[in-house]
Amino acid sequence: MTNLFSEFLLENGLKILLKEIHTTPLVSSWVWYRVGSRDETTGHTGISHWCEHMQFKGTPQFPPSVMERAISREGGIWNASTFLDWTTFFETMPSDKVDLGLQIEADRMVNSLFDEQEVASERTVVISEREGSENEPFFRLSEAVQHACFRTHPYHHEVIGDMPDLQSMSRDDLFAHYRTFYIPNNAVISIAGDFKTREILAKIRKLFKKIPAGPPPRRISRPEPAAVGEHNLTVEGPGETTFLDISYHAPAAADPDFFPFTVLDSLLSGPSSLNMFGGGGISNKTSRLYRALVEKDLAVSVSGGLVATADPFIYSIVITVHPKRKPEETLAAFDGEVKRILDTRVPIAEINRAIKQARALFAYGSENITNQAFWLGHAEMFATYNWFLTYLEELAKVTPADLQKVARKYFRPQNRVVGTYLPSGVKGKS
Amino acid sequence: MKSILQHSLPGRDDITRIVLPNGITILVRINRNSPSVVLGGYFPCGSLFDTDEKLGLADFTAIGLLRGSRDRDFQEIFNTLESVGANLSFSAGGHTAGFSGRCLSEDVPRLLGILADALRHPIFPTEEVERLRAQFLTGLAIRAQDTAEMASLTFDQIVFAGHPYARPDDGWPGTIQAITRDDLEDFHRIHYGPKGFVIAIVGAVDVHLISKQVEGVLGDWNNSTQPDLPILPELIHLKKTKTRRVNIPGKSQSDLVIGTTGPRRIDPDYISASLGNSILGQFGMAGRIGQVVREKSGLAYYASSSLSAGIGPGTWDVSAGVNRENIVKAKELIFQEIQRFVDKGVTNEELADSQSNYIGRLPLSLESNAGVVNALLNIERFDLGLDYYRLYPDMVRSITLDDVLVTARKYLHPDKLAVAIAGS
Repeated sequence: MTNLFSEFLLENGLKILLKEIHTTPLVSSWVWYRVGSRDETTGHTGISHWCEHMQFKGTPQFPPSVMERAISREGGIWNASTFLDWTTFFETMPSDKVDLGLQIEADRMVNSLFDEQEVASERTVVISEREGSENEPFFRLSEAVQHACFRTHPYHHEVIGDMPDLQSMSRDDLFAHYRTFYIPNNAVISIAGDFKTREILAKIRKLFKKIPAGPPPRRISRPEPAAVGEHNLTVEGPGETTFLDISYHAPAAADPDFFPFTVLDSLLSGPSSLNMFGGGGISNKTSRLYRALVEKDLAVSVSGGLVATADPFIYSIVITVHPKRKPEETLAAFDGEVKRILDTRVPIAEINRAIKQARALFAYGSENITNQAFWLGHAEMFATYNWFLTYLEELAKVTPADLQKVARKYFRPQNRVVGTYLPSGVKGKS
Repeated sequence: MKSILQHSLPGRDDITRIVLPNGITILVRINRNSPSVVLGGYFPCGSLFDTDEKLGLADFTAIGLLRGSRDRDFQEIFNTLESVGANLSFSAGGHTAGFSGRCLSEDVPRLLGILADALRHPIFPTEEVERLRAQFLTGLAIRAQDTAEMASLTFDQIVFAGHPYARPDDGWPGTIQAITRDDLEDFHRIHYGPKGFVIAIVGAVDVHLISKQVEGVLGDWNNSTQPDLPILPELIHLKKTKTRRVNIPGKSQSDLVIGTTGPRRIDPDYISASLGNSILGQFGMAGRIGQVVREKSGLAYYASSSLSAGIGPGTWDVSAGVNRENIVKAKELIFQEIQRFVDKGVTNEELADSQSNYIGRLPLSLESNAGVVNALLNIERFDLGLDYYRLYPDMVRSITLDDVLVTARKYLHPDKLAVAIAGS
């Protein structure tokens, strides 16, 4: 994968990152806004995600059907996503059609209508999206755990938002949110693929430079105080399967602790794939937790997830408990593995193995233009693109002593929430 | 631009197809831009061979292949793979079982070695079989709580009543309990072999070298007991609309599937059906169905149609996830759209849009090694011809309004649809 890219800043504060890749006739263009669920207050939870939905509801120039038709006719794909720290929109198009995606993004940065009727119709769509998630036992559990992890920091609620807020927010609330955050000086454009930098930059300038900067939005600053004791909770619901969600407070992506933590995650629960848009991951059957839990018939699956965020978030281990075991037994074995990592230094060979795995995952992800453009912008939302480019180097610097130090700092019972999903045992019937 | 586009579509001049003396077909395409290699394949060991009492045996066997072999135990197999970031997995469908794997190009011999060992010398250790059984049973318990999966499974039971396609490949709790370790060994001994075995490899490889490597590990594989696929009964088509509900307590949302059987992948009307389906419930934000159910009525987060075509008859259905209060309304809207689709067909503009989408999206679907492996396996499985993806744009352009209408009327009968609903 080439590391060459270009970076530009327009007068209105819009940052542009461009990476030429000429292997296939495609271009993937993304616009990122620094707004997500962490920018929401009680009463308005879910507003960033709903606002993202409204960006597909049209502008005077591009009514909704015109927008989607134009993209699809050319064989392109487009979508959007809202997360804790950011909201993003992308189009991946045949390379001779790149102008269309840019025109749409420039237009909807300022001209989205937020029509009252469309807001009403989308309210029930978003509620339906939440109801679909509530069908999943694991959503119910992780929502409860996340909430218990954050008392002051706005990472405490799910991106989809709470039901009462989805039922009560108004069109004006949504429009005000849009106006506050969808401004060029709060955005990053990232484009990868088969284009010429000079030509595409000229196009971006022409479309975006006329959009005025706005007052820089202020992010809510309510750091989470240090946890003072282990928190245990249970969620009850339908089904026959017991799940555990063990979440530790974890470092932000730009924190030097993040890289040793990434290696710890890899050793404990298997290497996490960074490839959100193609490339896939690898199995975790030789990870320490798989061996200690699944191979000992205490669990039927285990996975871990460290998330790259702007502020400290959580590291969650999710375990599907073996049907013949009690969750307490599984948790005790989990704690045994954590203790082993705290007490005994990890052999260097295990670290080298984690690095080789990360190198392979990087290679897999580099095949997809969409994934390349994703990382070009995504890394800017919590650090800079250099974070991504030096990721493998930073992992390679991690020593056994670093691992032990970081494990002892974060893997303390006082620093975690343990959630258990207890099934009612009710089965469905036709 | 044009040369890059042509280069990106696989064809006769850059696909190598070799058939080994024992019947194994090897397909290779080089991609020097990628440092990795993807491989995939299939072989005739699917659930069509399963009895009703031991449904899930083919899948259990396929997944059990990596749990231990004559030369390596479970941990050694996965250590060989995972220590270099390689991946390999097996699963079974109806007609075939299959595998997919990937690794850095330097590790191809290692991946092929594990693949061949798993296919030829699995030993299904008792302890591992019991562990897998617990995992399957948990998976089935989770499936029983999943409204989308249960609606889809119930839909298949209605449209394929009396036909093996009505059965879920992963079985039922009772059938998984009935399978013994010896069943796995027997299934493998009888069914696994080179006949009908296909492997596709794409990435930074040398064609000659990789072919020799595959031949080196699989070229001397033989099995004279491999049976032909069972003969399938004729489908019994629905005589009137049939509805079935599955009650799953405690769910916020219900899933709805409405539809019927569709064409086989090799049928001449497959592309017209596919383009028609695009207009009905795929194009843009899920076509007409998405417009009516989601965009205009706000009834669902997802609502779309799908056409699933394989070796035998497929399905053509519309699905949506809705609040239970909205089931009746959503069902009415979907029926109306299907009726309009078969009464009036589609417009020139709609057809041109979907044709343009199908042709324009080819480079995107074939940009990655995994995408090309899929394409090569499709070519082989359905005997499409090595130049299929290069000829495809002309095939798509040749479809007319009348083709779409005739195909819609052939398959979709609004008074003879299957309706499956799962939820609280």
